[in-house]
Amino acid sequence: MIYTELFWSFFQIGLFSIGGGYAAMPLIQHQVVDVHSWLTMTQFADIMTIAEMTPGPIAVNTATFVGIQIAGLSGAIVATLGCILPSCIIVMALAYVYYHFRGLDVVQGILTGLRPAVVAMIASAGISLIILSFFGQRSLPGDLCGINYKSVFIFAAGFLVLRKWKINPIYVMIGAGVLGILLSCF
Amino acid sequence: MKKHLYIRLFGETFRLSACTFGGGFVIIPLMRKRFVDELKWIDEQEMLDLTAIAQSSPGAIAVNASILIGYQAAKIPGALTAVLGTVLPPLIIISVISFFYAAFRDNAIVNLAMAGMLAGVAAVICDVVVTMIRGILKQDRLLPVIVLLSSFAAVRFLNLNIILVLLACGVIGAVDTLLRERTGRNRT
Repeated sequence: MIYTELFWSFFQIGLFSIGGGYAAMPLIQHQVVDVHSWLTMTQFADIMTIAEMTPGPIAVNTATFVGIQIAGLSGAIVATLGCILPSCIIVMALAYVYYHFRGLDVVQGILTGLRPAVVAMIASAGISLIILSFFGQRSLPGDLCGINYKSVFIFAAGFLVLRKWKINPIYVMIGAGVLGILLSCF
Repeated sequence: MKKHLYIRLFGETFRLSACTFGGGFVIIPLMRKRFVDELKWIDEQEMLDLTAIAQSSPGAIAVNASILIGYQAAKIPGALTAVLGTVLPPLIIISVISFFYAAFRDNAIVNLAMAGMLAGVAAVICDVVVTMIRGILKQDRLLPVIVLLSSFAAVRFLNLNIILVLLACGVIGAVDTLLRERTGRNRT
């Protein structure tokens, strides 16, 4: 049944995206594109773009988007619930522990150990997005001539601006969108 | 006056969530400003601890942080109220957008903008990754670097299941923490 599948997929995404923000991205790609083929890689990239442009956590935004595409508004609600349920249970348990014992060193130690793996996975998902952006397809083509120089330029400009001035990503996104339109005139 | 508290909690989290662009850690400074400086519901140290819990728990930081603030204000019903307030704005906004998505995607100008923004997202993610990798290198320890490289290879080239890799790294992290605690204790 589609609702159970949606719920279970996003439950796993919610349960294993540790470190917030982009940590959910590789898991979403895995569940939604690789395991279930609910979205194509292009649709996945679209939702990442939309999630970055709209308020709210990426995981919740994607859950809503995928849920609606698959099973309408009720699908969106089921997917969102699945995505936040692990947080609700675990964080409330930790809140209880915190207010009763005020000690979380071991939990934090374990999660610090997990961080490098999370970074590696975000990096891997980021590379997939770069390949899609530069070549318009999921995997690296044998012949690299089809590279989209406009995308490469926008990427490089955005990256430099972010590293150098640490501005809010939302402005980079807006700039990238405008550049995408302007560069097509040439 | 419990009902009043729930309405207040819902309103505060709804407003914060509706204004938090970019997701992730952005909501923490906004929450600190509102709940610590302005409303004085939570003190400074407590906010730091709650941030640590929100960051180290699975799930979205914004959702986790509002669960904690709701729990602090009114236990479990408070936490659920705060979650509802946090989740509703993205749920509504994305629902509206996906309603128009098909028509939206067929528009040539929108397509150009989306292609540009995809390169933009890739840049944003690269920036995040570079910052995170520098944080790991700063620890000056070999194990995190090995975990980073081997889990990257496992996912990227060997196509291993992400969840299995995360679980394995969690075990490594746990063992490492316990060993380090033991040696730390021996020294003192």
